[in-house]
Amino acid sequence: MIESHLEITGVNMDFPTPTGPFRALEDVNLKLKKGEFVSIIGHSGCGKSTVLNVVAGLYLASKGGIVLNGKEVREPGPERAMVFQNHSLLPWLTAYENVELAVKQIFKGKKSKAEMKDWIEHNLALVHMDHAMHKRPDEISGGMKQRVGIARALAMEPEILLLDEPFGALDALTRAHLQDSVMEIQAELGNTIMMVTHDVDEAVLLSDRIVMMTNGPAATVGEILEVNLPRPRERIAVSEDPDYNHCRHEVLRFLYERHGNKEEETNADAPGNGNGNGKAKSDADTSEQEKTEASPKMKAENIVDFNKQPEEKVA
Amino acid sequence: MSSDTIYERKINLQLPEFLRYLTPKKVLVSIGTPLMGIALFLFIWAALAPHVVTSLGAVPGPKQVYEQFTMLVDEHQAERAKEAAFYQRQEKRNAKKLAENPDAVVKIRDYTGNPTFFDQIGTSLFTVMAGFILAALIAIPIGIVAGLSKTVYAAINPLIQIFKPVSPLAWLPIVTMIVSATYVTSEPMFDKSFLNSAITVLLCCLWPTIISTAVGVTNVSKDLQNVSHVLNLNWWTHVRKIVLPSAIPMIFTGLRLSLGIAWMVLIAAEMLSQNPGLGKFVWDEFQNGSSNSLGRILVAVVVIGVIGFMLDRTMLFLQQKVSWDKSVALR
Ligand SMILES: Nc1ncnc2c1ncn2[C@@H]1O[C@H](COP(=O)(O)OP(=O)(O)OP(=O)(O)O)[C@@H](O)[C@H]1O
Ligand SMILES: [Mg+2]
Repeated sequence: MIESHLEITGVNMDFPTPTGPFRALEDVNLKLKKGEFVSIIGHSGCGKSTVLNVVAGLYLASKGGIVLNGKEVREPGPERAMVFQNHSLLPWLTAYENVELAVKQIFKGKKSKAEMKDWIEHNLALVHMDHAMHKRPDEISGGMKQRVGIARALAMEPEILLLDEPFGALDALTRAHLQDSVMEIQAELGNTIMMVTHDVDEAVLLSDRIVMMTNGPAATVGEILEVNLPRPRERIAVSEDPDYNHCRHEVLRFLYERHGNKEEETNADAPGNGNGNGKAKSDADTSEQEKTEASPKMKAENIVDFNKQPEEKVA
Repeated sequence: MSSDTIYERKINLQLPEFLRYLTPKKVLVSIGTPLMGIALFLFIWAALAPHVVTSLGAVPGPKQVYEQFTMLVDEHQAERAKEAAFYQRQEKRNAKKLAENPDAVVKIRDYTGNPTFFDQIGTSLFTVMAGFILAALIAIPIGIVAGLSKTVYAAINPLIQIFKPVSPLAWLPIVTMIVSATYVTSEPMFDKSFLNSAITVLLCCLWPTIISTAVGVTNVSKDLQNVSHVLNLNWWTHVRKIVLPSAIPMIFTGLRLSLGIAWMVLIAAEMLSQNPGLGKFVWDEFQNGSSNSLGRILVAVVVIGVIGFMLDRTMLFLQQKVSWDKSVALR
């Protein structure tokens, strides 16, 4: 077997809080092959962004660590580009200049000025932002900002692309378009991609494996689902595939059923989060699951709102 | 009736955007109210002033102060005329000399008249700007470094906290002694009095700028710092592209505070040390003790206030020029 490219081994993440350390992650283990597409799915606040931040090197794991190509990484680096959940564009730079900052940083001395300009414009065109590339973040919509954030990460040609809910603020059509672009780019460049998402269809369509995380605090990898659909995947054709529907079903089952149980366990020892309350919530969610199951034709636009889950208390 | 409204609309469309919202009522409120406040103040002043009698006569009212102002303008013009005449006479004499003997050595002596009120304004403005700009050039880099490094901050914070509350006038004797001891050249580029005032100003307006800049730099959003980390920006690019733009509003807050302090300190320093400038003008009039003195001092007071206000507005204007966020409120 090929030696793993990116290894997350025994990662614990404790955040210091006024009331003592808060354990967000406990013993997270994951191995990624080169060129693999892995989605992370889980309830809001369980620690998905934290996992990405540890891989990016923005947080240093309290225990365990990240090994990339056989070397431990403890710091951020441009070979691990990140698309942030809240886009994080510099508000004083235009879309073009935001991408330019990254491109200049990485291709200084490797590309000529004109080549850089072409490259920046190419990447902005890829996310359909060429018409507004000289606008500043406060002049464009939330979805447009996210697209610029994606363009900035893509323009870095990273070995590993970390996407934190990259398509969250987009309309269905743009989202579908960008999902296709990401698949194409990955097929072409062979980047390893880790993506956090709340969208089950998106996870199944794009991923080679789906990592389902248990609820926090002390969240960890719950189940890993292999998606063995042939590539290239075409969204309409694939939605008819029984394997596809099986995968969707598995993810939904994990999120609602298994999670409901786990939820009650955690609620039992989390003060201020009543047991009955947790139960009521999971009941409501189960009925929603049935609704989504009942209309498989609308999958592409079907985003489950996990934010309905009770937020974890920092305790 | 309907033709009326159409006519109105036509006019409205031709007006610039901001004027379109200026209804007569709004104009009255935005211009009329402050004017009314000023008028009320002048009225009370005029009514009360004659009742306050000093050894130099009654406190002058607005009318007398205005008269003193016109007198100061006249004096200034007279002085300028005298100066022009002085140079003209010299030139004439020199021309005559040269005509008689082409090899004669001619020179023009400098005019050494008394500085007028307006000369003093110029001196004060120049001094305050020199001290302030120098202070900004020192304080902003220190503030940035202190904001970026906890160690540096911890090292300089106690010093700042101790020096900040020191009255500028306590610095003045020390500055004077040091300047007169160290600044000894046969051909001085600056007057010693100018250096004394400027350095005292500098010492007082370092601290607010350092503190505000450091606070602005520490408060750079975590998200943007993450971007900088992921991109591996080097220190200089990080400062230029991320830290400075985020800290600009706080830096300007500090600069405006500093400039306000600088202007107050300067007038006091000039009074105390007899350095040329508006402060000296006030002091001289006080010592002079003529019946016009109080009026002239009041002219100076108003001018000092107006200049302080304009300095602050200039900083705001600069902030709007420099800042990426053009919507900063004028306050
Ligand atoms: N800097 C921090 N300090 C303290 N606690 C933190 C910090 N960052 C995250 N947490 C806690 O860690 C847990 C996981 O947060 P994280 O942002 O990773 O969740 P998430 O799965 O990305 O949620 P969402 O889907 O809403 O983005 C949360 O309970 C959060 O309160
Ligand atoms: Mg998150």
